[in-house]
Amino acid sequence: MARIVRAWLFGSLLLGAALGISCTDPHRLSLLNVSFDPTREFFGEINAAFLKNWQATNATVLRIQQSHGGSAKQARAVIDGLDADVVTLALGHDIDRISGETRILPSDWQQRLPNHSTPYTSTVVFVVRKGNPKNIVNWPDLVRLGVEVITPNPKSSGGARWNYMAAYGWARRQPGGDDRTAREFVARMFQNVPVLDSGSRGATVTFLQRGIGDVLLTWESEAHQALSHAEGLSGEIVTPPESIVAEPPVAVIDRNARKHGVLPLAESYLRFLYTEEAQGIAARYYFRPQLEDAAEKAGVHFPPIVRFTLAEICGDWRTVHEAHFATDGWFDQIQSRRRP
Amino acid sequence: MAGSVRRKLTPANTRSRRGADESRLTQWILISVAAIFVGLFLVLPLVSMFYEAFRRGPMAYFAALTQENTLDSIRYTLTIALLVVPLNALFGMAAAWALTRFQFRGKALLTTLIDLPFAISPVVVGVMLIALFGYQGWLGPWLREHDLKVVFALPGMVLATVFVTFPFVARELIPMMQSQGTEPEQAALTLGASGWQVFWHVTLPSIKWALLYGLILTTARAMGEFGAVFVVSNRIAGEMPIPLWVDNLNADHRGSDAFAVASLLAFLALGTLMLKAWLESRHQREEAAGMWITAAPVVNSGESETAFTSNTPS
Repeated sequence: MARIVRAWLFGSLLLGAALGISCTDPHRLSLLNVSFDPTREFFGEINAAFLKNWQATNATVLRIQQSHGGSAKQARAVIDGLDADVVTLALGHDIDRISGETRILPSDWQQRLPNHSTPYTSTVVFVVRKGNPKNIVNWPDLVRLGVEVITPNPKSSGGARWNYMAAYGWARRQPGGDDRTAREFVARMFQNVPVLDSGSRGATVTFLQRGIGDVLLTWESEAHQALSHAEGLSGEIVTPPESIVAEPPVAVIDRNARKHGVLPLAESYLRFLYTEEAQGIAARYYFRPQLEDAAEKAGVHFPPIVRFTLAEICGDWRTVHEAHFATDGWFDQIQSRRRP
Repeated sequence: MAGSVRRKLTPANTRSRRGADESRLTQWILISVAAIFVGLFLVLPLVSMFYEAFRRGPMAYFAALTQENTLDSIRYTLTIALLVVPLNALFGMAAAWALTRFQFRGKALLTTLIDLPFAISPVVVGVMLIALFGYQGWLGPWLREHDLKVVFALPGMVLATVFVTFPFVARELIPMMQSQGTEPEQAALTLGASGWQVFWHVTLPSIKWALLYGLILTTARAMGEFGAVFVVSNRIAGEMPIPLWVDNLNADHRGSDAFAVASLLAFLALGTLMLKAWLESRHQREEAAGMWITAAPVVNSGESETAFTSNTPS
């Protein structure tokens, strides 16, 4: 009896340790891309294409690993020690925070690659019910009485911050518009929001599967993906005449990549995103490519839209964060005003 | 109440018709409520999951189970279980021993703390581990200097699981060891046995069933834990245990693969339950063979039944 128990204790500990060691495989060359939620399928295809090119000229076997989650959460994990070689997140502010809190990449990271380190962009569009029964075609329709708007909580979701700034930016660009009128517009829009999900995928589920709300604010790319996967659920995309340029930037995490000996590889991986091949893949996933003719070559048609950048309406994310999303910022004030 | 008087007077085998009808009605209602509840909340979801898992045929099912990342997730789950179960067997036995055999200051506090993992939300467990082992945490600078990874790697997932499953062994052992008392051990000590000998040859055989149940529960929970492990995982495909991989497949819009892998977890859970039932029947048989059995008729509210009460000699 005693012997059996002792043999079992040590045997299983040893086996576990051996298996545990087999889980860590330090000999293969590998690259970790820490990304946000709606890019899972997209990077699956990007990685396959990059690996094909790599294998044609290199003998070493390369493995590209993906980690996905909410953008802010992923940034938090990299700060706390997740060993990312590159990050591809939903907004620059999240990468700024990694740089600010850890110094594992320089603070001027956004100047290192073309187009503010943004290889492809998106924009905020509306998803409405089939046939558009509430006739929602432009931003002012979102503040009409009796229209329910679904957008996630901008405090936790990177995607939602772009939604918020798109609404703000539209109002600010109207004749006679300024910071005050734009804030009022956003406040009125949030009075029409019945549920605040914590992330974009959650908001999509709320709208499409639970059937709540009249219009969903989301990225063009996510809208197309959600509708193509939603079997039997119907909705249609309305592209407003004007919206924001949503910029999901990319960056090499210098210190981690150097430690793993993959710094040049990480750089060429991100540069690959700007090539014709990768831009075509981006277009097929409804990210708007930076290369002029990539969408046309991929056979994807993007509806015309006037797009404004965050810089045009109010500077950079740091300023925006302080004014709107920090504790007691404008969003907190809107939320407390809602409460009776 | 005439009924109750009559019931008191009549012998159990010829009890009142009305009382029997009433109790049969109650019985029937209770059984159907329980059956509906179990059917609706347990059987139906299970059946729908297996249906979805096998909908594309057995080939697709096995293809989902044998793809590289799924095999990796099975390996991670096995690793975690193989490390966590013996560790918790040791911790659990030590804790139960300390709490039932010694009197010391802070004993009540320790007893309460053992239950903490039952009460605390798993997400808190994960966040606590990050606060301690994250690069911004207390031990972070030291870990970074020595290039050691705890959170967002396997060690963090093992620690999270150890924490979450900690009470299972101790909670099974403590009542058992309390009810047995210390006499056999003291007898062994007076006969000249050493502490280790007493443990291996007197204590361990007497607690083996409780220990086995504790280990089975620990194994089941270690293989199924999601929340705490999710917080400290690196969310990389191929480096997550089965429950996280199921969630990941689902988020990837690969629903039927997710159901196939989820059915694997369900099979593991059913297997664990069957093992526990088998052990229980063996336990009872062993007790029936080796210990006193008293068959005592117990009469309560007109129902007569024979209950077997087994008493361990003390």
